Amino acid sequence: MVKKIKEKLKGLGEDVLKDIDKKKNPDINIPIRSLSNVVYDEKTKMLKLGDKASKRYLFNVAHAKKFMQTLLVAAFCKDLQDQNLHTSLRDLYYALKRTLPESDENTFEEQQESDPIIVDLEVMLDMLREQLNLNADVRGRVVGNVVVKDSGDTIDFSKLGSGGWAIPSNVEDITIKSVNAKYILVIEKNAAFERLHEDKFWKKQNCILVTTQGQAARGPRRLIQRLSTDYKLPVYIFTDADSYGWYIYSVIKYGSISLAHISERLGCPSAKFIGLTISDIDEFDLKNFTIKAREVDIKRAREMLKYKWFKHPAWQKELKLMIQRKIKAELEALSGRGLRFMTEVYLPTKIKKKKFLP
Amino acid sequence: MAGASSKEVMSMVDEKNVAGKTAEDLAKDQREISVSEFFEKNRHLLGYDNPTRALLTVVKELVDNSLDAAEEARVLPRIWVEIKPNGVNRFRVTVKDNGPGMIDKQIPLTLGKLLYGSKFFRLRQSRGQQGIGGSGAILYSQLTTGKTTNIISSTGNGKTSYYELMIDVKKNEPEIVSHRLIEDGKLWHGLKIETEVEGRYVESKRGITEYMKQVAIGNPFADIVFDGPSGKLKFPRGANELPPLPKEITPHPHGVELGIFRRMLKATKSRTIASFLTNDFSRVGAGTAKEICKLAGIDPKISPKRLEITDTEKIFKAVKKVKLMRPPLDCLSPLGEDLLIKGLKKEFNAEFYAAITRPPEVYRGNPFQIECAVAYGGELPLDSQVELFRITNRVPLLYQEGDCAITKAMLGTDWRRYGLQKSGRSMPTGPAVILVHFASVWVPFVSESKQAISSYPIIIKEIKLALQELGRRLQRHVSGKRRVEMQQRRKQIFDRYLPEVANAVGKLTSKKPEPILKKLKVIMKKSTGVVVDGKEDKGKA
Repeated sequence: MVKKIKEKLKGLGEDVLKDIDKKKNPDINIPIRSLSNVVYDEKTKMLKLGDKASKRYLFNVAHAKKFMQTLLVAAFCKDLQDQNLHTSLRDLYYALKRTLPESDENTFEEQQESDPIIVDLEVMLDMLREQLNLNADVRGRVVGNVVVKDSGDTIDFSKLGSGGWAIPSNVEDITIKSVNAKYILVIEKNAAFERLHEDKFWKKQNCILVTTQGQAARGPRRLIQRLSTDYKLPVYIFTDADSYGWYIYSVIKYGSISLAHISERLGCPSAKFIGLTISDIDEFDLKNFTIKAREVDIKRAREMLKYKWFKHPAWQKELKLMIQRKIKAELEALSGRGLRFMTEVYLPTKIKKKKFLP
Repeated sequence: MAGASSKEVMSMVDEKNVAGKTAEDLAKDQREISVSEFFEKNRHLLGYDNPTRALLTVVKELVDNSLDAAEEARVLPRIWVEIKPNGVNRFRVTVKDNGPGMIDKQIPLTLGKLLYGSKFFRLRQSRGQQGIGGSGAILYSQLTTGKTTNIISSTGNGKTSYYELMIDVKKNEPEIVSHRLIEDGKLWHGLKIETEVEGRYVESKRGITEYMKQVAIGNPFADIVFDGPSGKLKFPRGANELPPLPKEITPHPHGVELGIFRRMLKATKSRTIASFLTNDFSRVGAGTAKEICKLAGIDPKISPKRLEITDTEKIFKAVKKVKLMRPPLDCLSPLGEDLLIKGLKKEFNAEFYAAITRPPEVYRGNPFQIECAVAYGGELPLDSQVELFRITNRVPLLYQEGDCAITKAMLGTDWRRYGLQKSGRSMPTGPAVILVHFASVWVPFVSESKQAISSYPIIIKEIKLALQELGRRLQRHVSGKRRVEMQQRRKQIFDRYLPEVANAVGKLTSKKPEPILKKLKVIMKKSTGVVVDGKEDKGKA
């Protein structure tokens, strides 16, 4: 594998060198990563990258800097491979940032410039950033009856106290030893996760609890996917009742627009949505605990109405309800009905009645 | 100085004063009115409305006369102007030229008598039309200070005339206080006038210094020295050729007002209406004269002096109905693109100059011609408003900017298309000065103060066309300059990035970066001109 990665990086350099030797304006081919080049595959139920690509030229004032940056990042990744070192996205940014001679221009002005270049490289080389020895931010935690082996240590997710296990950004090299659970519950918010953990919900229900702490990072997504496919566990996703929460659900299930190229590695098509929905507000009497939806929420919901992967009538109904009533509800709304309402009433009822959205 | 008198008469008998009166009435009035009274009443109309402007007007009249005289004598003008304070709100003004000078006995008549001259229905492009000329300045001096005006002149015959002159305002006759004609053997020609006036000297955008500068721009063939209260300024000559002398023409019938028409009838030497029409007007032949008389139902053989008032009107109306050729256009003397540029060059250190001279056009029977010029970049201030110089028959206009056709055309031109900044209906900004010259045998001033050109559609249109053409030249220069800047910026960018790219490619391919950099530099030379800016090209992978 390491050899293959090195070959690919070398290949990128050689392509550029070929152009240079031919005295051509060197270019790099980069698949486009935007909605216009993202396809929803009905069969696999995943977002996939189309075949549109853009050319990045060196001798074009508008492209030149990005061209240089792409090669700087590629060369840096080759160094990492050669020395078998790992580093974070932020480290890469600082390692490559410097002022160009006789100017006040930096190679990279901020990390927002280097991060997308790394994704470009992933797509170009068809490699994961983890394979390039680059780690994303660590975000997301897990508890439950699971035992894994990570870098020689054996870890039991049920014996980690109140904090649970922090999911690393790269879970490729982790071996799963044993799993004893009926399903996986993925929670958007840390507060709700802690409530459920304190109430020993996972013990009572015999499930695995994962919090993504907002939009799901790659590590948790990959872990959820491995647990659910290898151990055939259903995945239920639990987010706020608003467009952003629902989108988190869709990313875990189908993949994201910006990372459509790795949907196959991260997507979890069998995942189901447990809540919250706008309908829940009536059903569970949460009216007093709703929040007025902002303009941006409504706008996002309108966009999502058009996404193919939200075309299911049940989702169209929820989105339209939100737009119509201009309200949303956070997971915390459930605490309004009592601190244990979530663990004792809401979730058990939903699971028992199998009231999920597809 | 001989030519100076005709235009004074011209402006005295202004069309507006004529409305409702017959030519006969008017002529009678002119004789009976005291010149002093006339002057006092019309001070504001003649440019003497306040002390600041009055001082400018005195200088202006004397300088205009000097330039006209020198040009007529085909001498490259050299003019020396001195203004020295002499007590509170009093100045001694001296103007000296190298013109043809004046014959000894002509001096008192030309300068000491208003309305002197007779060729007053001939039209010629001259500085003229500005006011009542040198005698007006002398009269103003006399009215405000009670002093005599000193005149020294020679025609190059070894004799010098010395006059101390006043004007007998009741009789409108020169009053010679002292006169000497000295045979000194000095072979010089020219005129020196020294007069004392009440006034106020202010340095401003409409001040005398600015006026002198603009005279220098509009008359690049003149050498001007201005010795004013705040120091001596030299405006050296920027060109050694004079523009051709304009030809005199008779008025075109379509450009004549009823009042003037009546006065022409009265003054004519022609014996019949038909010959009056053919002799005293341009573009009227015997056939056309007959046609006019027939249209008016008047016997062509009748004497002009015997025409009834109603018949005059009939003829006047008929004249306007017949089709006539345009007036002759070769009577105009534009500065020409070369002189325009030389005028700007000698006062502004810019990087780019351009000038446009439009072909002559006609408004209401009067030929006119528009010229314009621009100086751009160099030492001109980057972000200030573009300075606009309005010049008519080589005389700068400083007042009433807002009423002037030139200003209107300037504001109505979309300078953004031509590389200057402009927002709304304001003057453009950018490192530029623009000059517009209006040359005509008869300048259609908005009012008697003669500081703004009337906005006839054809005039606005011509000025705009000239400015647009000028703008296109400017735009070509500005975009060329931008291209060069762009090229330099590009080179800087690539000079910075190429070593980085060479190093990275070297690292990826395990090759030495130096040869890669060399090759990249070769490609840079070849391809920087070719590459397009913009988004990354989209296409199939």
